[in-house]
Amino acid sequence: MFLHELTANGIREKVKNREVSCVEVVKELFRRIKQKEALIEAYIFLDEEGALSKASEIDDKLESGKEIGLLAGIPIAIKDNISTKNIYTTCASKILENYIPPYNAFVVKKLLQEDAIIIGKTNLDEFAMGSSTENSAFHITRNPWDTESVPGGSSGGSAAAVSADMAFMALGSDTGGSVRQPASFCGNVGFKPTYGRVSRYGLIAFASSLDQIGTLTKDVFDAAMLLQVISGHDALDSTCSALDVPNYLSDINCRDNVVRIGIPREFFREGLDSEIRNALMNALEIYKKNGAVVIDLSLPHCEYAIATYCIIATAEACSNLARYDGVRYGYRSRLDDDNIVDMYSRTRAEAFGDEVKRRILLGNYVLSAGYYEAYYLKASKVRNLIKNDFDEAFTKVDCIISPTCPTPAFKIGEKILDPLEMYLSDVYTNIANLVGIPGISIPCGFTTAGLPIGMQILGKHFEEKKILQIAKLFEQETDFHLQKPKLD
Amino acid sequence: MEYNIVIGLETHAELNTDTKLFCGCSTSFGSEPNTQTCPICLGLPGVLPVINRKAFDHTLKTALALNCEINDFVNFDRKNYYYPDLPKNYQISQNHFNVGNNGSVDIIVKGEKKRIGINNVHLEEDAGKLVHPEASDAGHSLIDFNRAGVPLVEIVTNPDLRSIDDVQGYMHTLRNILQYINVSDCKMQEGSLRFEASISLCRKGAKVFGNRVEIKNLNSMKAVMKVLAYEISRQKELLDKGAQIVMETRLWDEVDGVSRRMRTKEEAHDYRYFPEPDLVPILVDKKSIDRIRETIPELSAMRRQRFTSEYLISDYEAGILTESKPLADYFEECVKLTIVSPKELSNWIINDVLRVLNEKKSHIQDFTISPKMLVDLIEMKSEIGGSIAKEVFSEMSNTGKDASSIVREKNLTPLSNAEELNFIISKIIEDNPKAIEDYGKGKKSALSFLVGQTMKITKGKANPKILIDIFREKLENNL
Repeated sequence: MFLHELTANGIREKVKNREVSCVEVVKELFRRIKQKEALIEAYIFLDEEGALSKASEIDDKLESGKEIGLLAGIPIAIKDNISTKNIYTTCASKILENYIPPYNAFVVKKLLQEDAIIIGKTNLDEFAMGSSTENSAFHITRNPWDTESVPGGSSGGSAAAVSADMAFMALGSDTGGSVRQPASFCGNVGFKPTYGRVSRYGLIAFASSLDQIGTLTKDVFDAAMLLQVISGHDALDSTCSALDVPNYLSDINCRDNVVRIGIPREFFREGLDSEIRNALMNALEIYKKNGAVVIDLSLPHCEYAIATYCIIATAEACSNLARYDGVRYGYRSRLDDDNIVDMYSRTRAEAFGDEVKRRILLGNYVLSAGYYEAYYLKASKVRNLIKNDFDEAFTKVDCIISPTCPTPAFKIGEKILDPLEMYLSDVYTNIANLVGIPGISIPCGFTTAGLPIGMQILGKHFEEKKILQIAKLFEQETDFHLQKPKLD
Repeated sequence: MEYNIVIGLETHAELNTDTKLFCGCSTSFGSEPNTQTCPICLGLPGVLPVINRKAFDHTLKTALALNCEINDFVNFDRKNYYYPDLPKNYQISQNHFNVGNNGSVDIIVKGEKKRIGINNVHLEEDAGKLVHPEASDAGHSLIDFNRAGVPLVEIVTNPDLRSIDDVQGYMHTLRNILQYINVSDCKMQEGSLRFEASISLCRKGAKVFGNRVEIKNLNSMKAVMKVLAYEISRQKELLDKGAQIVMETRLWDEVDGVSRRMRTKEEAHDYRYFPEPDLVPILVDKKSIDRIRETIPELSAMRRQRFTSEYLISDYEAGILTESKPLADYFEECVKLTIVSPKELSNWIINDVLRVLNEKKSHIQDFTISPKMLVDLIEMKSEIGGSIAKEVFSEMSNTGKDASSIVREKNLTPLSNAEELNFIISKIIEDNPKAIEDYGKGKKSALSFLVGQTMKITKGKANPKILIDIFREKLENNL
């Protein structure tokens, strides 16, 4: 087995036992990246020099017998909407093409404290708006399982990098499924924690009440390990929970919590690919064999989830993106304008992509005087109804299982001209963001065309640990997560 | 034609917290541009706000002092508009769930008490400041973000003000309250108190208000008075001609003394308010309301009343003494320290202390003479005489030394020594036969003249009371 094929925990063990040096790991990984990146284009920015220097720092630590962090020596990729001090953070947008943050996001600080090695910034749909990474202002990213297909999005770069063994783990962000959906498309484990479990400080906002930083990893244990590091209270994020972070790694193999599994019937209706349905049915059989009870559920308000999501996400987005005006940083229209309003308009017209503009327009519309009550306010109320559906459901079940996406990875260009069709890709995932609950996507099969299929497990607020255990059981019973794309 | 005037006022007061509303940057005034900034108040991508509890408490205190109902659920909203001094292109403010609603302020206008309704009290962040280069062809403006994120309390009245006098009375009372409860310095010259007015005129007897004109950017109470006077006459003139008042926002031009159209109702901003998702709602319980209420001191209106009844000074004097809390505290401190009558202390403070402070453009907080020192001086007065006391006072205010050391150093000990005085008095009697004669004829003013002459010669060092006694005795004996 090649070094780059190992899991993050595999690398961690090897580094800790001094079987390999961090510098060797980084060098090996960059060899792999140089081979495959031209084809996949997962990254926007690679920092080989920085990674090597951090690696030798950790090697020195090991050499001198100093204590090392939980992620010591693990090269990690960061989605390019998470602020990294002195490293470009572009949101895959022309408007931030040359923006270098003067501070680190909370999660980046945590990674560095635990001796992780940041190797680069990954591609995404501009400002995380999209489900295919085709909305990047710089380039598309290809799915390692089928390079004619999209890797999903918006964390498509992170998912593709992990899948192609060009990163051992990666951070993404999930506003409507942007971690889970690409994980499903690329055959990774994608975890979106509870809203408030991980600080958003430094995550460049798309929709503040839905955004959550998540993980993309090669298996469930790695997800638990990364989650352990990035979770916890941050005084700089008022919406971040002060609840203690449990130890996700201890008892990860415990099966006591795999008891009652809810199956929302609304998630298995029209629009669901039959191969995916079958994969899910097989997966449920595995759980049943291991003692779980499968319970039929109804989440009646979920049919409004996409509409609700579109209103709330775009309303927040139009306000969050108002600051990109060419005044203080980022792109400014080169034309000399006599008046500031023209400068604003031209800057934004030239530097935002179509999807971002579409959402800004929609968001401004739903917040306008005379429309606010009919759209934004009503959406907020429906959001509460959807939350109630879940509260009710979780009185009967311990987790809810569904497909992560209605289809496997689609072809590049297939949906880009049909935004509504594209939004449907998030139909099973964005509910977790509206409700704020945690969810994971794990590999649960392959289509006949050889594309990965993802299974989503949703749990109650702050029950990350339980979800990890339920996911881990499945992983132990199957080998889907061990499959690798043929990239040669 | 006769018109009724209807005015509403919005007041923005900078809260006197050490740090900004959502970050740890300093709020101090007058620093080099952009030295009090951080990623948060500059609105860099990815930052989040964290509420400054002290600013919130100050707002709560303000709402309580203005007799508001306090909302148990308080939340922030985003007010979306584009302006280069606004880093995020939205202002974090409050629209739906303010800190307080339905309050009131009692003002006194021309001797009559009037109650002005307070619609709401809320908390928001200030914007930065545009700096326009003097050269008109500079082709750029600069932005100073030091002020961006400074906490502001906004106080919105109901349209209850009916005259410029009402407005003046209200602004005065409001400033006084804000200073009394120590939430804002209200320094007009530093822009820590700013106003927006809305005004409409309607014919006397009309049942509906006329069209409203809003005037923004009023940076002093003087500007408010001027612009309202201007608007009243502008609108009167239009209405007299039978013209309509356009609903619009106008800007006050201080230099030309006119208001100018900024935008009409059609061009009005749609602020697209929605709840700020980056902050969590604040639940205000009775305990925290009580805790804040306890910190509110007796306000000036109450204190003024108490001063007249407790210290037997006139309402006018009490009004001056309670104008500012530190001054009223100073007075009461003096009262506590002495048996000298409050009336006399009041005279000293109003006539002498305030005069010196005015001359020095200083505040009572920075005054060199402490209450104890002032009281010591006043207690010495019967001994050293009034004019020496005044001289000593002015020396004290210049040097900060206490009365007794000044008297000692300058050898101002009064001439109460009878022998020395007898000599001077005999000489004065000798030199002024006319006055002696007048006194003999029963002209009592002659005595004052003689005392005055003596004071002149002794340079005020004689004790007038003693002088009168000696003169009387001598003159009576002579007769």
